[in-house]
Amino acid sequence: MKSLEELRAIRERMQSQVSMRAEDHNHTRVVVGMATCGIASGARPVLTKLSSLVQEKNLTDKISVTQTGCIGLCQYEPIVEVMEPGKQKITYIKMTPEKAEEVLERHLIGGHIVEEYTLSGADIK
Amino acid sequence: MPEISLNVLDVAENSTRAGASLVTITVDADISSDKLTVIIDDNGCGMTPEQTAQVTDPFFTSRTTRKVGLGVPFFKLAAESTGGSFTITSTPGVGTTVTAVFVLSHIDRMPLGDISATIHTLVVYHPETDFVYRYRYNDSSFTLDTREFRQVLGDVPFDMPEISAYIMDYLNENKQETDGGAVY
Repeated sequence: MKSLEELRAIRERMQSQVSMRAEDHNHTRVVVGMATCGIASGARPVLTKLSSLVQEKNLTDKISVTQTGCIGLCQYEPIVEVMEPGKQKITYIKMTPEKAEEVLERHLIGGHIVEEYTLSGADIK
Repeated sequence: MPEISLNVLDVAENSTRAGASLVTITVDADISSDKLTVIIDDNGCGMTPEQTAQVTDPFFTSRTTRKVGLGVPFFKLAAESTGGSFTITSTPGVGTTVTAVFVLSHIDRMPLGDISATIHTLVVYHPETDFVYRYRYNDSSFTLDTREFRQVLGDVPFDMPEISAYIMDYLNENKQETDGGAVY
């Protein structure tokens, strides 16, 4: 069984980084819809993918990944919203872990919105 | 919903919305009695008897974004279609308890799915809520208690990469030791 001792050791290492992080308000927020509609259409793997990629690529000081309830567009779930400070919110629809990875690479790192996956750009007629 | 664990994620989400400070989730698989019991118990705002009676109706919700509330009806149907049972009890100001019993061997029982990922998601993304998770498989069991984690961590948040990874490992390794990697 995994012990709390291990957690204690991690904490010792982490303590110094916390204050630094709390002061940073220039975060880009990435929000995944996680109500019944989102969960049923596959939001959990999308959320897991996004947060593990942000961690792997050491972007946690710039990007925070969180979850929310029903956004009200259930037919387009899983939905990922990207809110960059000072910019308009971008809504990505019908996400998969693969598409989410593309959004992270091209939009969050590269700075170019992936138009074909957005609510306004996707072919949903 | 293709997995029981996704129902758990969805229904436990209601508990956090109800302002619960503590949510206790029990997953108990007992092969000899052929039962899988899932209990989600919270100390949130609770519901009146009228609301409790309505909550399994898909056309009832307290939310305003849509006119349907499918989370609880899905969970109920998933349990009852295996010959199991579903109950929900609630007291305003005290909390709510949802109990779903599945018949393990029934052909219509959906798989448990990635229950560790569900618990991890709940714990990491609800920093204001404490969770107790009890997992039992026949005679073995383990417990995760975020109050214990919090005591060790102080103000270090759960969503720091190293802590989040520790919680995932804690869940996966302890589950493996408890059920020997059984898939059901």
